[in-house]
Amino acid sequence: MTATTTAPARREAANPLTAGQLPLWGPWALIGVALAIGAAVSALVAGASGTDFSIVAAVLIAYVLYLVAITVVSQQIEGGRKAADRLVTGVVVGAFVLALVPLVSLVSTVIINGAARFDLQFFTWTMRNVVGEGGGVLHAIIGTLLVTLWAAIISVPVGIFTAIYLVEYGRGRLSQAITFFVDVMTGIPSIVAGLFAYALFALFAGEGVRAGIGGAVALSLLMIPTVVRSTEEMLKLVPNDLREASYALGVPKWLTIAKVVLPTALAGIVTGVTLAIARVIGETAPLLIIAGFTTNMNYNVFDGRMMTLPVFAYNQYVSPGVQEQAYFDRAWTAALVLILIVMLLNVIARIIAKVFAPKAGR
Amino acid sequence: MTTAVQPVAKQRLADVVFKTVSTTAGVLILIALAGVAIFLVAQAVPAIIGPLPGIDGGFFAWVWPLTFGTIWSAFLAMVMAVPVAVGIALFITHFAPRRLAQGLGYVVDLLAAIPSVIYGLWGITVLAPFMQPAYTWLTQNLGWLPLFAPPASGTGRTILTASIVLAVMVLPIITALCREIFLQTPRLNEEAALALGATRWEMIQMAVLPHGRSGIIASSILGLGRALGETMAVAMVLSSSGIISFALTAQQNPSTIAANIALRFPEAHGITVNMLIGSGLVLFAITLLVNGISRWIIARTTVKGGR
Amino acid sequence: MKLTKLGRTAVVAAAGALLLSSCAANEPAAPAGSESSAPESTLSGDLAGAGASSMGAAQEAWIAGFQTANEAVNITYDPAGSGAGREQFIAGGVSFAGSDAYLDDEELAGTFGACVADTLPVDLPVYISPIAIIFNVEGVDSLNMDAATIAGIFSGEITNWNDEAIAAQNEGVELPDARITAVHRSDDSGTTENFTQYLAANAADAWTEGEFETWPAAYGGEGAQGTSGVVDAVTNGTNTIGYADASRAGDLGTVALQVGEEYVPFTAEAAAAAVDASPLVEGRHEGDIAVELDRTTTENGAYPLVLISYAIACTEYNDAAQAELVKAYLSYIASEEGQQAGADNAGSAPISDDLRAQIEASIEMIK
Repeated sequence: MTATTTAPARREAANPLTAGQLPLWGPWALIGVALAIGAAVSALVAGASGTDFSIVAAVLIAYVLYLVAITVVSQQIEGGRKAADRLVTGVVVGAFVLALVPLVSLVSTVIINGAARFDLQFFTWTMRNVVGEGGGVLHAIIGTLLVTLWAAIISVPVGIFTAIYLVEYGRGRLSQAITFFVDVMTGIPSIVAGLFAYALFALFAGEGVRAGIGGAVALSLLMIPTVVRSTEEMLKLVPNDLREASYALGVPKWLTIAKVVLPTALAGIVTGVTLAIARVIGETAPLLIIAGFTTNMNYNVFDGRMMTLPVFAYNQYVSPGVQEQAYFDRAWTAALVLILIVMLLNVIARIIAKVFAPKAGR
Repeated sequence: MTTAVQPVAKQRLADVVFKTVSTTAGVLILIALAGVAIFLVAQAVPAIIGPLPGIDGGFFAWVWPLTFGTIWSAFLAMVMAVPVAVGIALFITHFAPRRLAQGLGYVVDLLAAIPSVIYGLWGITVLAPFMQPAYTWLTQNLGWLPLFAPPASGTGRTILTASIVLAVMVLPIITALCREIFLQTPRLNEEAALALGATRWEMIQMAVLPHGRSGIIASSILGLGRALGETMAVAMVLSSSGIISFALTAQQNPSTIAANIALRFPEAHGITVNMLIGSGLVLFAITLLVNGISRWIIARTTVKGGR
Repeated sequence: MKLTKLGRTAVVAAAGALLLSSCAANEPAAPAGSESSAPESTLSGDLAGAGASSMGAAQEAWIAGFQTANEAVNITYDPAGSGAGREQFIAGGVSFAGSDAYLDDEELAGTFGACVADTLPVDLPVYISPIAIIFNVEGVDSLNMDAATIAGIFSGEITNWNDEAIAAQNEGVELPDARITAVHRSDDSGTTENFTQYLAANAADAWTEGEFETWPAAYGGEGAQGTSGVVDAVTNGTNTIGYADASRAGDLGTVALQVGEEYVPFTAEAAAAAVDASPLVEGRHEGDIAVELDRTTTENGAYPLVLISYAIACTEYNDAAQAELVKAYLSYIASEEGQQAGADNAGSAPISDDLRAQIEASIEMIK
């Protein structure tokens, strides 16, 4: 089949690169055929070995078949380069779908199990004097918000300024050392962060100290590297042209950073910070150690035990009473509430990013 | 980098202040890290030098299997997570329809927020029972491979399950950063490649990946940090004991340092506390080493092109 | 610019509104000024405890019961683990501890942060709970086993459900030809310690590793974290067996232990009977009630696989207000009402009247 006869009479017809093309429905047809074969093979195997029909196996077989088929067909009709493109498209979409499976399973598990106690009492009560069923997590919601807020107050400025130092000022040993050790910091196990925070506060406040602020310090240890790393990447991506243009206009360096570099990178920085908050808001181990455990409301991060949502969920799962379903329901709903809180933070962050970002598009 | 030599080098006060604040923030991080290191060393010393009751061969013989398990599980998780995460990021930025892409990015961000305890719960109530038949099948049919040496776990709580949980946990972290970085690929480069007749994959190869390479590695390191140090999820999911084994589907699996601390700390007293914190120091050293190596790799791979 | 200001204000306002509106519906509004709502009680203040997670659910019920009677008191109990609880008590971080093991001689030789120097704290056995051996085998609800069989299963010697050792004790029960998956605790726990103590005492030949908290790799099996983890693993797996606090046995099959000539299934009464049949540890200081559990008892209807959790408190506190609170709180725990509340929420076995009398005498010493 030669290019001139098979190609539809379109503008690019003369271009040999688009000479042969699979029709739009081609890949879909292949998917259908592959699925049918996969199901058939799986059913045959199931019948032969007497096991149940496995959807997972059918889909896997179909996927591999499709990849092979689309590559071969495309190779024949469209040539090698297009074939590679088709293959990669298949692989990328496959990766995405593969990742969706556990993620969807996880989220649906949380939502289905969490719906059980998603009621008004859950948001207006604490666990004070609650035995068995009922009760709420208001104390844990407040605790989580306060501890995370303080962690953010500590780590966001430190993180962003460090990133600014690394990208805009840092040369030589110090900046190399900071870059390196920030990466090392990501590897501090959360429980060690908690132990460290406890040891630190025990120095000042005596043994057995429990306070929300200690949890915030532990969390900021975990949060700072994420903030630094993501901010650093975003600042690096700000085109140098912008900085040079600003310098050329005689704007001082600090103003250039504050008014040109940071706003340009803001959307990315906000994403990074949100991600960092998301990363630590669900931490359990350090808060178990330093923030403590209580069934009562506590608004003061500087004094007394403070409950948080992850600790609450963990505790409800670990030591339930006889009516264990009530405890497990509370655990799942607490997890759901945590996810909703992060969702809300995300929305707020996006609005902030949109409002402050420079008007011109990319 | 090499801005033209500025003829007027007038030092403004605001500039000095801004620079000092930035530098202080960086140094503050070093101080905090030094604090953590000092704390770890001070607590670990009694366990490292002293005799440990009930443990043959001293501290390092005790901590070695844990070290192995930590690295092995994190390695497995990264093998699964990094390609998939880059794939997702590419899908969201370059393959998915624009409207869908925003929503997807949002969903992925949210997943980073799920507490590790919930990942653990999901691992034991959903994933482990789901994987168990597959493990039985693997040991029956591929049992000659040391990786799938029989007998299979009866509950599915193997190191492979734990690594899958870890992979799912680090996916959002790597994906979110990769996505941001891929989006920042200069439009002109992409359009130039396409205009020259490149296919989408060739455009990605030529414009997107080179641009995002250091970002991919950086985000992978972030993910690796989490995989190495993850505590609760592994503690809850993994059927662990102090052995060294490459078997992925067995009943007994190597434990990890962080999970072991979480499992044993509540009942620990006396020298055991020092032992556990000592193992935390080892984990710290591992992270140092891993980061050193990855830095070296970055330095080697990003010679051409630069930023 | 207008928009940004508006946005910021909105965010601040929203956050403020959230905080302001978040007064818990079930808590006393103003803790200091609400004395009128609690006319009978003069007690007030904060009391903190920490320790064994085994009594976490019971403490929850006790705290709720005590706080209901004494509105102005705030009690927290952090179920961080026995070891952590004792460490915190020794350091003076908490005023009382819960522990699956009584204080050992080494700990007693040291100092205690909350207590007056040179006074010794007391161990009070306030929480008794049977440990159930649970299994998940289709079609089988209960099995009879002697200690040697259990030891064989958990040490990896008996690997199949239709093994002669199990079948011989369970005539008429159809056991599958399937591999046994034995599930143990992967975390250090008092439950494991009590379980292995029972096996070591009753089947020393089959159970050579003795009594331990950390499961040795040589015994194989699968590990799971915490009671909930073991219960989940046994429930979600097939042909599994494990051990867990009896209150969590649920619908799973359970094992009746051979005691003397007969097989005894776990009940709260059987557990309390085993404790009553056990002597106290000799040579302890005044007021201390440490029970030397007799694991080999042949007493009729006793279930010797039990866990005792102690409340540990000072006999003389540095702080008199704390002493008053601890005394009142422990009295409530030991009372019939308190023990029943614990049993209702945690499935524990109420202590016998004899033991209560002893504990009350010890509580009287607290000042």
